[in-house]
Amino acid sequence: MMESFFFLLFAAMAAGGAIMMIASRNPVSSLMYLVLAFFALSGIFVLLDAHFLAAVQVIVYAGAIMVLFLFVIMLLNLGHREELDMRGHLARMVALVLGSALFAAVAALVVRGDEASLASEGSRMAVDAMVRSRGAVGALAEPLFTSYLVPFELTSLLLLVAIVGAIVLARRRAP
Amino acid sequence: MNLDIESASLILSAFLFAVGTAGVLVRRNAIIVFMCVELMLNAVNLSLIVFSRSLGLEAQVLVFFVMAVAAAEAAVGLAIIIAIFRHFEGVDVDRFNILRW
Repeated sequence: MMESFFFLLFAAMAAGGAIMMIASRNPVSSLMYLVLAFFALSGIFVLLDAHFLAAVQVIVYAGAIMVLFLFVIMLLNLGHREELDMRGHLARMVALVLGSALFAAVAALVVRGDEASLASEGSRMAVDAMVRSRGAVGALAEPLFTSYLVPFELTSLLLLVAIVGAIVLARRRAP
Repeated sequence: MNLDIESASLILSAFLFAVGTAGVLVRRNAIIVFMCVELMLNAVNLSLIVFSRSLGLEAQVLVFFVMAVAAAEAAVGLAIIIAIFRHFEGVDVDRFNILRW
């Protein structure tokens, strides 16, 4: 009961934040609504027993990436824009129709596949036992550092390339 | 409540993805388009976490990688936006047609 109350609260916050992000004029308030949506999503991660990823969501997404966005908005001085940069009515209609169609398609899949559940109760029990015996971090770290070790190391390479690329791209060209 | 939390999370994830798609289509500010892409990535993360409960924790490893790629993408993308702002004096995506053949 408590769980579904909090789920509804966080889901409403996430959905409302997402819609307000699209609808608001000011890029800064748009960003703040997105941060609200991310915080609500991390609450939903907690409800789904992904505690470590909820913490990472707050630290990395709502913290680092959103600060980066805010920094760029401030740097480019876009914070006090008053006119709405929406496209015209035709594009809005197209976006509404396409968005509703996408949502309806996926939601129909979820609702229809509900009774034929995704996996057996057995594998769910196995995941639960794994989390309970190793803790939220250990259960995630074990596959990350054994079977996914090479992708993990490649991620560090990707981040290094991204840092170098960002510096090269944003550097002011010498006249 | 006949709709359990996992199905409701999947539906919320579909909704957030659809909102992100609509935002990419409707907004012209490049930074807000980027924010909508981040929202879509997060919607996918949510559905991966739902699946990780029944299909195994490898899905959460995938979420980890999605977050790392999203961080890299935000850094490079925002650098491109800064470079484009210097060149075009604005971040309106309708004015960028330098990749058009």
